[in-house]
Amino acid sequence: MNFLSLFVLIPALMMAGLFLSKSRNQIRTVAAIGASLLMILSGILTYLYLTQRAAGNLAEMLFTSDTVWYAPFNIHYTVGVDGVSVSMLLLTSVIVFTGVFASWKIDPLPKEFFLWYSLLSSGVYGFFISTDLFTMFMFYEIALIPMYLLIGVWGSGRKEYGAMKLTLMLMGGSALLLVGILGIYYSSGATSMNILEISKHHIPMAFQRYFFPLTFMGFGVLGALFPFHTWSPDGHASAPTAVSMLHAGVLMKLGGYGAYRVAIYLMPQAAHEMAWFFLILTGISVVYGAFAAVHQTDLKYINAYSSVSHCGLVLFAILMLNTTAMTGAVLQMLSHGLMTALFFALIGMIYGRTHTRLITEMGGLMKVLPFLGVSYVIAGLASLGLPGLSGFVAEMTIFVGSFQHVDTFHRILTIVATSSIVITAVYILRVVGKLLFGAVQDAHHQHLEDATWYERLSVVTLIIAIVAIGSAPFWISNMIHDSVVPVLSQIIK
Amino acid sequence: MGDLMTTFFSGQVPVEAYLGVSLIMFFAGVYGFLTRRNMLMILISIELMLNAADINFTAFNRYLFPAQLEGFYFALFTIAIAACETAVAIAIIINIYRNLTSVEVGNLDQMKE
Amino acid sequence: MQYTLLILALPLLNFIVLGLVDSKWKPKVAGTIGTLVLTIVAALSYYATYEYFSFHKVNGVFEKLMPFNMEWLRFTDYLHINLGILLDPISVMMLVVVSTVSLMVHIYSLGYMKGERGFERYYAFLSLFTFSMLGLVLATNIFQMYIFWELVGVSSYLLIGFYYTKPSAVAAAKKAFIVTRFADLGFLIGILLLSYFTKTFDFEALTSGNASVFAGFTGVSFMGISVLSWAMALIFIGGAGKSAMFPLHIWLPDAMEGPTPVSALIHAATMVVAGVYLVARLFPIYDLYTPGVLHGIAYVGAFTSLFAAIIAVVQTDIKRVLAFSTISQIGFMMVALGVSKMGGEQGLGYMASMFHLFTHAMFKALLFLGAGSVIHAVHSNEMNHMGGLRKYMPITNITFLIACLAIAGIPPFSGFFSKDEILTAAFQFSPYFGALMTFTAGLTAFYMFRLYYSIFWGKEHKHQHTPHESPLVMALPLVFLALVTVFAGFIPFGELVSSDRVPFHSELDLTVASISVIVALFSITLATIFYRKESKIPSLLATKFSGLHKAASSRFYVDEVYLFITKKVIFNNVSRPIAWFDRHIIDGTMNGFASTTQWGSLKIKGVQSGQVQQYAYVFLLGTLVIAALVLFV
Repeated sequence: MNFLSLFVLIPALMMAGLFLSKSRNQIRTVAAIGASLLMILSGILTYLYLTQRAAGNLAEMLFTSDTVWYAPFNIHYTVGVDGVSVSMLLLTSVIVFTGVFASWKIDPLPKEFFLWYSLLSSGVYGFFISTDLFTMFMFYEIALIPMYLLIGVWGSGRKEYGAMKLTLMLMGGSALLLVGILGIYYSSGATSMNILEISKHHIPMAFQRYFFPLTFMGFGVLGALFPFHTWSPDGHASAPTAVSMLHAGVLMKLGGYGAYRVAIYLMPQAAHEMAWFFLILTGISVVYGAFAAVHQTDLKYINAYSSVSHCGLVLFAILMLNTTAMTGAVLQMLSHGLMTALFFALIGMIYGRTHTRLITEMGGLMKVLPFLGVSYVIAGLASLGLPGLSGFVAEMTIFVGSFQHVDTFHRILTIVATSSIVITAVYILRVVGKLLFGAVQDAHHQHLEDATWYERLSVVTLIIAIVAIGSAPFWISNMIHDSVVPVLSQIIK
Repeated sequence: MGDLMTTFFSGQVPVEAYLGVSLIMFFAGVYGFLTRRNMLMILISIELMLNAADINFTAFNRYLFPAQLEGFYFALFTIAIAACETAVAIAIIINIYRNLTSVEVGNLDQMKE
Repeated sequence: MQYTLLILALPLLNFIVLGLVDSKWKPKVAGTIGTLVLTIVAALSYYATYEYFSFHKVNGVFEKLMPFNMEWLRFTDYLHINLGILLDPISVMMLVVVSTVSLMVHIYSLGYMKGERGFERYYAFLSLFTFSMLGLVLATNIFQMYIFWELVGVSSYLLIGFYYTKPSAVAAAKKAFIVTRFADLGFLIGILLLSYFTKTFDFEALTSGNASVFAGFTGVSFMGISVLSWAMALIFIGGAGKSAMFPLHIWLPDAMEGPTPVSALIHAATMVVAGVYLVARLFPIYDLYTPGVLHGIAYVGAFTSLFAAIIAVVQTDIKRVLAFSTISQIGFMMVALGVSKMGGEQGLGYMASMFHLFTHAMFKALLFLGAGSVIHAVHSNEMNHMGGLRKYMPITNITFLIACLAIAGIPPFSGFFSKDEILTAAFQFSPYFGALMTFTAGLTAFYMFRLYYSIFWGKEHKHQHTPHESPLVMALPLVFLALVTVFAGFIPFGELVSSDRVPFHSELDLTVASISVIVALFSITLATIFYRKESKIPSLLATKFSGLHKAASSRFYVDEVYLFITKKVIFNNVSRPIAWFDRHIIDGTMNGFASTTQWGSLKIKGVQSGQVQQYAYVFLLGTLVIAALVLFV
């Protein structure tokens, strides 16, 4: 039993514990203990990983283990991690942890909520630890399905519509993906679906031309690739707080991670050949999402469009196919995950108090809710790329990395993408100005209670993570950088 | 006409005659099954088709394999099964009638969405 | 000189501590701690300056010291952001400017901000700003500068919007941030271009005059202009945004919504000169490789300077007058850099620019603090609510007068010396240029004395409370800065700061000096006639040139143009259609798929009717078709 499997096992145990829980307090205790264990586990993993690397272990994946599941079809359960997965696991742990506290008072059916929530997180963890295409795809589906129920039951507004749209579009993406994955497996001639093994085989170019776009778009739907991003505003707007956090924070990263780990890694030649097309799409995502966000009035829509813009930057950087930009992409995944989770957590908390998400109906909340207000400003500043917070590190790594591309076309696109930082500033400051500053708009908002202890815990954890990456980026950046190198050596080969 | 009558009464009826009758009966059944809306009439039409089949069984047995009796047996089985079927069907129809006071198939759409 | 690290670390620590404790401490405690820390920082800066200028001259050249430099983020093998400390004459000079003005503002605010809500927050932000500004001036590489450049931008945003319940302050803060952010985009793209071709961020490598660094740029051009010029021009746009050069100046007058000491610190003395500092930092590149851009800078500076001076003449809000005066004076500094060359006497403009930066920081901070003192007394920014205040506020009156004389360029006050060097450099460049700048200097003298007389002389306005002199904590910084303003002119600046770090001695050009003094005196006399006593002349002139007057009062409608572009063009014609397009076309297509599927299934659903007879009919037809096929085909 490999200790990486604990990442899947702990959520499973959490589910068992939740199933047996009787009272609300027991449910909370189980969820909090489970989430904390996962957090500790990912901390330990990071430490072990770094010490292994420092000790000179140069294997591409560490802590690998392989179990045969179904021999006739070569289906294995294979796990292993590199720097990219370690950082994604860290991100997931932080967000699962904070999500539990953000949904401390979830109503109705807390037990069922946390059951699905644990299933969802086990799917996400499983995706990040697996190195086998089949296991990966299986966990991917596990992560998608609970989303429907979580939004459909505990959501708000047009929740059935949002849930249906989100699930159907993502399922559509995974249909493309399944074709892509099977295509990769059969055309590579490998004897297992292990990514590391497939990477040693050469997939004929004729096949790559078909399967690269399929796989990339399949993951791209989850990564909010233009024009398949429209599930994001509707889905996020109707999802409950913790689900928005987990979805925007981690699930959207499955897209970027998958595109990197499967599409680019296994089909480098096609990636190189077709990158220009997807670069244009992602470039559109970046600018277009930002512009669309300027015009929204619903806090969640603003954030959803902002996610389109930021996640567009992730795919954009991945397609630049150089180490720096790719490191930047992973950093951006981390950074966007953390700050968007913070945003959604805060929006949920504000909504819970004011019962509206329209910025036109709120104002002057800084005076009434100083803690939430300050945290919102910090999240906003992280989002517009203030140095010292994670957004800056990620965006700058992407911009500098992308600009190192020898091709002028890519550099011009980079310049177009950089313009998003101004638009981001516009919509962030617009929201902050309308929502928090000025006089209190609604007399009912005069006597709102500021954050409670569990809300504070959730918010502060996220802020600490954002500041930690933003002010001391070197360790995580180097860890990611070293792991990105083998992927890119595929392309050079 | 006279010839046909002669052969008929001389006991030498050709197999085509039996087939003709069964054909008419069968298509009368088909027609009834397709056009009737009353469940009882549909049931009767089904019986007609079954009986047409029975006639074929016996006729072919008699003409093609006079030494064997499988065709007759088959016809007997069919009659028995048809009787059971009719019994069940009429039971259902009666129940439907009790619930809906109608035996028109067009009215039986409660199970549809 | 490892201890210089403390200069950066202390304000940061202060920010974190004050930011975290928020209102748990008494305001007085927070203020005192903030001020004490700044005192230590200032003392360290002075000591560092003393040590640097006394002991770090090797073979007649001031060394470049890097007492601290650590890798913060690695991009590629050759590109990495370092955080460190670079000591050379201009950074050390800026160290003095920043820590002095910041200390004065800290002390002054103890009185000015007394009893304000969020006093601790104010001091926390001040510390954040001080940290960022010090980090900016001490940057060892262009990316570190960019990092702190953004940080000063955000501190400025936070401080302008300090009174966050006031909508105008919030709008001003937003405007300031977005305009400078837009300019920073230029800066960023400039950095990207520069680093792509030179493979380095380091100031050391970029400005050492090593031609091989720029070899990558050979023959690369875009739209007929070399890419290096593009890069340097874009970097200058970043500087122009922070330093409020035309047409990116619109945020600065609005920024006056912040507390007055903040305006003194950020929007007069330190942050707004960051652009000048940036150009000075990269001066060797501008001079050696892109003289065209450098001349462009001179033209932009000259135009801005004149433009802002004209507007300043008609403004009635005293802080806005000072804001436009700041824009105008920064224009002077830009001009000085633009007309300069490298080395020795040729580099007079460079030295003059830095000198003017130094003296301007002191007297402009003094003017703002004086204005703050006045506002504190009469609770208004409007000139016509003042008048005759000299009787009530003697200290403010005297110190304000000293600052006005300095900015007008009257000897022996510091402004005279630095401005004179600038004019000399401008005359050397081109006589027309010199004449233009002299004219602007005359305007400066005129509007400053208009301001002075309107506040302290003229008709006394009825006040609800009798105005009173400010408390000691506010008066002390005024006096200190006034003393600096009186004596700073005698610093032999050329011996300390020069373009090639080789000390040189600059002589006063008597012709230029006498012309400028005469012009200044003439302007002051004019202002005295117009404004010392009540006079009809100004209003007569205003009606005579009503078009010009109106245009200048509305700041030549630049704001309206911006508003038009941002609101009408970008918001309504880009953002709104995109949002619509997304909801209706893209999402409509997606929903279209869904509804097509639904429609299709509705149609197909009819086939499975549950009508057995219908099935049988189809079955029969099918049988017949198959039979026909078997029989006839």
